[in-house]
Amino acid sequence: MVEQTLRYRDDEPVGDPAVTVDAFAEQSNATAVRIEPGDDARALLPHLDRIALVEVNFPAYTEGRGYSAARILREHGYAGELRAVGDVLVDQLSHMRRCGFDSFAPEQDISREAADKAFATWPEVYQKTVDGRPAIWAKRHG
Amino acid sequence: MYQYDSYDQQMVDTRVAEFRDQVSRRLAGEITEDQFKPLRLKNGLYLQLHAYMLRVAIPYGTLSSAQMRMLGDIADKYDRGYGHFTTRQNIQYNWIKLEQAPDLLADLASVEMHAIQTSGNCIRNTTADQFAGAAADELVDPRPYAELLRQWSTFHPEFDYLPRKFKIAIIGSDTDRAAMKLHDIGIQLVQNDAGEIGCRFYVGGGMGRTPMIAPVIGDFVPPLQMISYLEACLRVYNRYGRRDNKYKARIKILVHEIGADEYRRQVEEEFAHILTLGLEPPPAELERIKGFFEQPGFEAGLSDDLDLSDPDFALWVDQNTHAHKQPGYAIVTISLKPVGGIPGDATADQIRLMADLAKELSFDELRVTHAQNIVLPHVRKADLYALWQKLDAAGLADANLDLIGDIIACPGLDYCSLANARSIPVAQKISERFADLGRQRELGELKLKISGCINACGHHHAGHIGILGVDRKGTENYQLLLGGSEAADTSLGTITGPGFSEDGIVDAVEKATNVYLAQRSDGERFLDTYRRIGMAPFKEAIYG
Amino acid sequence: MKIITGNELRTGDVIWWAGEGWSRHVNDAVDVPEGAEAIIARENAKQIVTDTHVIDATQTPEGVRPAHIKDRIRALGPTVRLDLSLKPADPTAGNWVI
Repeated sequence: MVEQTLRYRDDEPVGDPAVTVDAFAEQSNATAVRIEPGDDARALLPHLDRIALVEVNFPAYTEGRGYSAARILREHGYAGELRAVGDVLVDQLSHMRRCGFDSFAPEQDISREAADKAFATWPEVYQKTVDGRPAIWAKRHG
Repeated sequence: MYQYDSYDQQMVDTRVAEFRDQVSRRLAGEITEDQFKPLRLKNGLYLQLHAYMLRVAIPYGTLSSAQMRMLGDIADKYDRGYGHFTTRQNIQYNWIKLEQAPDLLADLASVEMHAIQTSGNCIRNTTADQFAGAAADELVDPRPYAELLRQWSTFHPEFDYLPRKFKIAIIGSDTDRAAMKLHDIGIQLVQNDAGEIGCRFYVGGGMGRTPMIAPVIGDFVPPLQMISYLEACLRVYNRYGRRDNKYKARIKILVHEIGADEYRRQVEEEFAHILTLGLEPPPAELERIKGFFEQPGFEAGLSDDLDLSDPDFALWVDQNTHAHKQPGYAIVTISLKPVGGIPGDATADQIRLMADLAKELSFDELRVTHAQNIVLPHVRKADLYALWQKLDAAGLADANLDLIGDIIACPGLDYCSLANARSIPVAQKISERFADLGRQRELGELKLKISGCINACGHHHAGHIGILGVDRKGTENYQLLLGGSEAADTSLGTITGPGFSEDGIVDAVEKATNVYLAQRSDGERFLDTYRRIGMAPFKEAIYG
Repeated sequence: MKIITGNELRTGDVIWWAGEGWSRHVNDAVDVPEGAEAIIARENAKQIVTDTHVIDATQTPEGVRPAHIKDRIRALGPTVRLDLSLKPADPTAGNWVI
């Protein structure tokens, strides 16, 4: 449900239903796609300019492939909405955002206050990822 | 030694505050056990057979005396006066109360320590050669690389929910003291013909129920691309490692199933992409870290002569010290394997004594070994006798390093909820059977390793003699393996045949050693004789 | 007999369902031939115990004896540190688990 989605973007949400990766390749007018854990995110790379929303499904919180899928899309320049859906826990939001997610539709509601607190927990990070935050090593060496 | 700056300190302090909040929410009933369990596991807090167990990370096995002293104080303050050093160079406390765990973590943070990622399907604490920076045979000190790795792996956002846990070891000499090829990733720092240093990546090793020796995947990765190469290795694993079966989820299964060549191809492809992203810390960061690992202020021109007129001291020097790169110094290994003792256990008083001795005699430094012993890396030879006397008075001078009494054993069914059989009583009985040091020395180097279940925390696959405890219809049963090694000549042991009772396995071990004594050629270790004559004579003696 | 065991949430101590509350001594464990799930659900909801589950045991002249060695070790304590077990004064206590 859109109203339960935590969005950290200024543009309008996409109304189109997300189609599967397989279906997306055949539908030239689709703008929203849903990645399941076994899908190869790189299959979307030729089409990034026409995608406005990518949903990445986390059927269980232990499912970690979506983190790599998100980073790969961002590393290749995807600028549309990247939404984590499914078993998404508050303690995972920070890592997900660092991997490029900018919206979250958890099965179990997370309040915006709780989400904001989670994002604010770690003021510094050790790694450079795709979220634009400078790694600690970059700060150390100006 | 590495020292935290404000960034590092803030990271562990934040972690303590976060966990304090999580624990208070759990104790207040605001979150359920199902929600809390993954959070406490990320902080190394398990629920074991008798209580909560906390596993504290000792990054690359290196400790200052202040850190070691704190480990002793924690044993008194929060536990029952002792701790258990593990086969991954960490320490575990067996009797932790959940309500006190945040205070314990705060005490650890006060000496730049933590329990981050000591559990869970994430990158665990990196281990290293315990003689790093001291060994005469060292090419490159691996500790700066290990620290770079520690920071990179801490709260890595992409690799916190891997298919399974992930263990990395790094060494900088040809002598492998870290079981490097039996890790998910083993890195050996090597030198090429042009004199340049590079990282040789072994990927896909491991023990557990499907033991495998890691193949070389990256033969010579420039050190300033090490992090990028790790990112590539981990990403391929995170995307394609099996998640349908937890017993087939380690990276060794992926590398085995698709083959080393195909895995290498995928890594190289990912690596080429990652190199374009600028993820690698700059050379200045590695140099900054290296600055913490400068040689301590060794005295020049010291003599290597030793007065060995005390025969017990002479035995200890012969067995428990190693060649140091600096003349006049030695590397000392303190055995935590007294006859009839619990391998790897040390009392709070012993821990504090070792801390004091390190401060006084070893430039403030200690190391933990994967064989569950403690190292004082830089001791003047002139101080060895006084050191030995103090250790002896504290029950810490057993001269049995790498002998049959120096047994590796996991906690087993006495403590561990995963275990099928007890490990410690078997270790105790074997060390009592071979209590005589002369007999042990006659047998020479003989690495005996005991695991209480198939997960192989006691490294039984890699023992010259390995023992695996299993559950046979509700009673403990022990299988015997021969021929394993986790040194540079890594090999996996072979099961001799049907298993034994607790007393039976002690007899079987003794029979195996008798075959060796009868059949050995000059200079052969137990392992060498086994490799030469094969299993048959041992089998005949054990079961015949 | 069926008995219920678990750990106290705050301390992690091994505990046994004793009929009206929890005990640290296995001999206080009571037989719960039926209704164990309801007890577990009720006790879990109080958020003071964790890892609660039902195990098999037998009533012997010496007391309650869990069927599996793992539970006997839980009941006694580590056999290699009897000083920390429930029977620190009995050097043969470890034989009970075998």
